[in-house]
Amino acid sequence: MLIRHAPDLTDNDVTDPGVYLQRRTLMAGLAGLGLAGFAGQANAALTYTKGFSTTEKPTPRKDVTTYNNFYEFGVDKGDPAEKSDRFKPRPWTVRIDGACEAPRTVGIEDLIAGNKLEERIYRMRCVEGWSMVIPWVGFPLKDLLASVKPTSKAKYVAFETVRRPSEMPGQGWNTLDWPYVEGLRIDEAMHPLTLMAVGLYGDVLPNQNGAPLRLVVPWKYGFKGGKSIVRITLTEKPPATAWNKLAPREYGFYANVNPAVDHPRWSQATERRLGEFRRRETLPFNGYGEWVADLYRGMDLKRFY
Amino acid sequence: MSKRLSKTQDNAVYAGVWLACFAPLAWLAWRGFSGDLGANPIETLIRQLGVWGLRLLLVGLVITPAARILRKPRLVRFRRTIGLFAFAYVTLHLFSYIGIDLFFDFGQLWKDILKRPFITLGMLAFVLLIPLAVTSTNGWVIRMGRAAWQRLHWLIYLIVPLGVAHYYLLVKADHRPPLVYGAVFLALMGWRVWELRKRAQQTPA
Ligand code: HEM
Repeated sequence: MLIRHAPDLTDNDVTDPGVYLQRRTLMAGLAGLGLAGFAGQANAALTYTKGFSTTEKPTPRKDVTTYNNFYEFGVDKGDPAEKSDRFKPRPWTVRIDGACEAPRTVGIEDLIAGNKLEERIYRMRCVEGWSMVIPWVGFPLKDLLASVKPTSKAKYVAFETVRRPSEMPGQGWNTLDWPYVEGLRIDEAMHPLTLMAVGLYGDVLPNQNGAPLRLVVPWKYGFKGGKSIVRITLTEKPPATAWNKLAPREYGFYANVNPAVDHPRWSQATERRLGEFRRRETLPFNGYGEWVADLYRGMDLKRFY
Repeated sequence: MSKRLSKTQDNAVYAGVWLACFAPLAWLAWRGFSGDLGANPIETLIRQLGVWGLRLLLVGLVITPAARILRKPRLVRFRRTIGLFAFAYVTLHLFSYIGIDLFFDFGQLWKDILKRPFITLGMLAFVLLIPLAVTSTNGWVIRMGRAAWQRLHWLIYLIVPLGVAHYYLLVKADHRPPLVYGAVFLALMGWRVWELRKRAQQTPA
């Protein structure tokens, strides 16, 4: 599927070649000095072009990296930033298997080098009623899935987060049933807006945002975006997902942003964009309906929430 | 018997209690003004006010057992200050929810009260607190008579668990913090039951 005309797409051009080249030379220079490892560490810049983006003002980096829900590190919004320094996102491999012809295990550096990275500035709406605008760097999930040749049995995709209680203090307690699993229907996973992010604000993903590899599905509530992914499995049946197992009435499998379907404990009609004072209206599919509503044609979204 | 404090010492202790109750609010205000309430300051403010309201309600319930166990009956004079501070925090908690979060959308407030059990319970707790705050003066104790006043103030044994339940219901996954507050409440109630039994045994029928 092609992304048709995009009103909030601003800058489809490639990154200014100057910037691009500078980054390249910097990386090459570091490699030459035997500091290649350094290039893989936090704050290392990525090389990317500009892709599908909203024109809205991105939430400041400080807020994006200090206000996180990542229960593997603790339930407070500040925990992921404060308690993730022991986490080692490199070396890292991802296993892609299940209903496919060419299952494979691939390293994070190969994923970064082997895919055309784009910056995509997406809105992110949390199920709790707040939102951000985040400049991700990543590649479409569909490219990765195509590489393993899914079979006709592949109806769903499961994303499994790493389980490392020694590095993730929040996993010492069964708030959720670890490892965290999220899932998509195959057509959702193959949608061009669905992104595998490896970076944020031009740099490698910080631990608290799901390093080194996370899922971003901009028309769904944030919890659908599995973080620190170690396994992607193509399945015939919908996978049992973490929040859905904990409270099925509150967190559905679809979890599409929908102002008309309230969470049982709070309204989803409005949201607070971080940095703004007044709440704003929440948009169906988080404003991405033009590109994704077709996926759900004929479905009762009140039932399949 | 402990030695009686002089008037100045007494005032100093009193000022200390007052300042301790006021400190969280001052600290919150300071962080608010210096932009240090995090990425979602409104949420932080509402939550901190709620949690301090609940803590002070519990501190209020600690006073009587503490006075008995430590044999310092005059501790009881702090109960009113602490209770009124708890009421102030809860009131500010409610006002920041209505004023800042809902931006005075009273229609939405009413919907929340009817539809969201955690708001229903919180609101109930708040409404029940009002008569306690109003009747907190000496004048009211005299007007109502000790016994009736005391009976009215037993409402606190309903208000605190409502506050805990309100907290429990809004938590998404980690229920430990509200359970800790609930356990503290149960322990304090346990002491009261134990104390009542003991006294019943001591008074011959
Ligand atoms: C005795 C009365 C009350 C007490 C003791 C109380 C206490 C609390 C506590 C402890 C929290 C959780 C703070 C945290 O997560 O750290 C909280 C949150 C909250 N309370 Fe209350 N509360 C009371 C009344 C009310 C009332 C009357 C309302 C509104 C009508 C209200 C609305 C809220 C809201 C909106 C939250 C935050 C929810 C969120 O941020 O997700 N509360 N309260």
